[in-house]
Amino acid sequence: MRIGVPKETLAGENRVAVSPKSVEAIAKLGYQVCVEAGAGDKASFNDAAYRQAGAEITDREQALACDVVLKVNAPQADEVALLTPQSYLISFIAPAQQQDLLQSLAEREINTLAMDMVPRMTRSQSLDALSSMANIAGYRAVVEATNEFGRFLTGQITAAGNIEPAKVLIIGAGVAGLAAIGTAGSLGAIVRAFDTREEVKEQIVSMGAEFLELDFEEDSDSADGYAKEMSAAFIEAEMALFAEQAKDVDIIITTAMIPGKKAPTLITKDMVESMKPGSVIVDLAAPGGGNCELTKPGELTLHQQVKIIGYTDLVSRLPNQSSQLYANNLANLLKLLTPEKDGHLQLDFEDSVVRHMTVIKEGEITFPPPAIKVSAAPKVKPAVVKGDAPAAEESSESNAHPANKLLMLGFAVLIFLWIADVAPPEFLSHFTVFVLSCVVGYHLVWNVTHALHTPLMSVTNAISGIIILGALLQIGSGSLLVDVLAGFAILIATVNIAGGFFVTQRMLKMFRK
Amino acid sequence: MSEGMITAAYILAALCFILSLAGLSKQETAQSGNWFGITGMTIALIATLAAAQTSALWIILACMLVGAMIGLHLAKKVEMTQMPELVAILHSFVGLAAVLVGYNSFFDHTSGLRGAELNIHLVEVFLGIFIGAVTFTGSIVAFAKLRGLVNSAALMLPHRHKMNLIAGIICFALMIYFIVAKGAFGPLWLMTIIALVFGWHLVASIGGADMPVVVSMLNSYSGWAAAAAGFMLGNDLLIITGALVGSSGAILSYIMCKAMNRSFISVIAGGFGTEVIVDGDTDYGDYIETTAQAVADSLSQAKSVIITPGYGMAVAQAQYPVFEMTQALKAKGVNVRFAIHPVAGRLPGHMNVLLAEAKVPYDIVLGMDEINDDFSKTDVVLVIGANDTVNPAASEDPNSPIAGMPVLKVWNARQVIVFKRSMNTGYAGVQNPLFFKENTQMLFGDAKASVDAINHALS
Repeated sequence: MRIGVPKETLAGENRVAVSPKSVEAIAKLGYQVCVEAGAGDKASFNDAAYRQAGAEITDREQALACDVVLKVNAPQADEVALLTPQSYLISFIAPAQQQDLLQSLAEREINTLAMDMVPRMTRSQSLDALSSMANIAGYRAVVEATNEFGRFLTGQITAAGNIEPAKVLIIGAGVAGLAAIGTAGSLGAIVRAFDTREEVKEQIVSMGAEFLELDFEEDSDSADGYAKEMSAAFIEAEMALFAEQAKDVDIIITTAMIPGKKAPTLITKDMVESMKPGSVIVDLAAPGGGNCELTKPGELTLHQQVKIIGYTDLVSRLPNQSSQLYANNLANLLKLLTPEKDGHLQLDFEDSVVRHMTVIKEGEITFPPPAIKVSAAPKVKPAVVKGDAPAAEESSESNAHPANKLLMLGFAVLIFLWIADVAPPEFLSHFTVFVLSCVVGYHLVWNVTHALHTPLMSVTNAISGIIILGALLQIGSGSLLVDVLAGFAILIATVNIAGGFFVTQRMLKMFRK
Repeated sequence: MSEGMITAAYILAALCFILSLAGLSKQETAQSGNWFGITGMTIALIATLAAAQTSALWIILACMLVGAMIGLHLAKKVEMTQMPELVAILHSFVGLAAVLVGYNSFFDHTSGLRGAELNIHLVEVFLGIFIGAVTFTGSIVAFAKLRGLVNSAALMLPHRHKMNLIAGIICFALMIYFIVAKGAFGPLWLMTIIALVFGWHLVASIGGADMPVVVSMLNSYSGWAAAAAGFMLGNDLLIITGALVGSSGAILSYIMCKAMNRSFISVIAGGFGTEVIVDGDTDYGDYIETTAQAVADSLSQAKSVIITPGYGMAVAQAQYPVFEMTQALKAKGVNVRFAIHPVAGRLPGHMNVLLAEAKVPYDIVLGMDEINDDFSKTDVVLVIGANDTVNPAASEDPNSPIAGMPVLKVWNARQVIVFKRSMNTGYAGVQNPLFFKENTQMLFGDAKASVDAINHALS
């Protein structure tokens, strides 16, 4: 099958759906890739690079007429008209908001897979374009904020005076939020982060930020892995926290989006006005209306010396990086769709990932897909779960009751006393030697480094050939049977002694600094 | 030679053995440790021969000559990857020798003793033969498993725990009868047969992944067998040496069990990973495949690389190309180190020996505890032929059969490359979520061929 990649036509869009590297990966699956001339120019991929990777450079009509069309943005009406009926389209679609588009694609029987419908499962992580784009957006959000912010992010002590580090608050610790935490942290800022989901605390802390906690309890983990809307009381507590933080921090980056709904308002006009002059707000939720009351999507606004960045094209501002990752996501999807690697795309509805992403199949709209529960249920009492398995194993060993142990010990001591009482003194003196040797051996062996455990075994092996002494004392007793057995014992014990020492020597010679 | 001089010689020999073990505690002194061992053995042999005043000196010398030649031949020829087999078969010799010495002692010395002395002597003989016999067949099975002569999977007979218990009880009853009957031959040989079968079954029912524990356990048994022989002959040197070896083996087994987070009893009582229900339906996601060229590229860009070898490296004999790779990377200024899990390989310290054989300097070969925290600061981790020892399920999934086993946290590194033959599970039969992590890439194929290809790409 032929795969077509047209140039993106949406204003301000710099991305492209394939990179030269992904062309190579797709070609390995048996496809022929056709890239529209100049499609990658804005993402710094030129036609020559595509050609070198094995792609064919074509015009716009040819690219759109291919059996499979890869795009970044949902197609415009004129593009839909150029698609071949019964072909495949893979791009961002936003099916919930674009009913008309779905209708027109269904009429032309375009089998459509929406890249924004990748379910959040471990298996589908390599296709998750929303996550890879969010990662870039989070990074760029910090870069944009730094650009507008009049100070360093890092703290320094210089001859010309001390520089205070900037304080950055990040609201929402999804992929974008975590990326922003990492970027701001690596620039030296003091980073704080808030999320309604208590279980992301660990991730926030692991990225080096401080997790802001609410004194409030509510279960906010939804089954599909995204955050959901919260109760009124919770929101009140949350807003109080933001109001307090707004006075203190220099940069706020908000990332709170609820799929298919208007973004919640988290930063009010009052909060903006309470911020220090020169502060910056980056609203990553601007495409969904914004988390800040004053955000104007697509624009930079100045309100009482606070800059509010509402750019909606943050990802497109890093076109090379975002195209690379998106192209890899698409290549991974094609790998999943082409199990035979024969260049034939198959829509296998048994596969829950494919089912979830497919919004149109054979002229029928298959959106919304049946729900799949993917997010792990919140751990209620992890301690109990953890304690369970090992406990069962140990019980056979220790039987838990200290009283039992004492009883056993006492019994052992009594038996020993009895043996000592009836045994001849000679035995006892041997026994003393035995016990002391065990103790010496115990201490010696604990000191041996792990690296030398194999030589230790072969040396002890050689030494245990000392059993030869027994045979040496027995041979020559006069009895033929005893002599033969002892002779044989001497022979094999010598094998042990000679072999063990020699192989140890061989090994130890190899250890060198 | 007077009695006093012999005792002095024995004390000297015992001291030499103690110094030998002490010397092995550090690489710097390890060679002198071995020489102490040889010296001790020589002193002990000369003193015994001089004291025995035996007429059979030429037989002894002939036997020793033949034995030494066989031993040296074996030790010279053995490949370092086959060390576990050699160690196992040598254990079986000690076991057999202990049985023979035990029988001889029974035939030869029983007559002159009375009362409690006789009883104690009989118990010593009985125990010595029992331990020796178990060590003998157990080591042979371990050898056969390691050699691949028999299937290394655990043998699962029905009621195996009950059978072991019954064997133990019968042997105990036989011992009582043996003592009451003042040393009848019947119970002794009956017990020997039971002990031989018991030793065979004991090791046969332990799976291949537990071999490090089994080998160190047999090491311990061979020591106790020697100690028991010492008791029956009234020879302190045998007792001391046996106790040293016995406790050394016991500690090694304990360390191995600890490294797998399992109790000694549960290892000995039966196979690891055999009662595991492998959940084949779990959705682990997709793995990402990579090429030798790509691995070479990311290696040359890395600042810090950790190599985690496992038994697969030994099987593929990949330690030499791995060393070449290490040299090439060091020349590029990359900080290369090795991380060794305590139970990697089939013998305690097996990986260290293999790497040493390939001339990898030992100061860049680190143990799990020394290096586990450094993975997060590492650019690339190469996992060569290891599986269960790098399985994150051990710390993340409380229901995993290997839950709680300390593992190398390779997944904390920026990038992990796993060298593997196929997507098959490791010895524990547990799927490894590491392979499906986002920062993990798989390089399929024979480990040696893969490393060679990387070396080629690096040069």
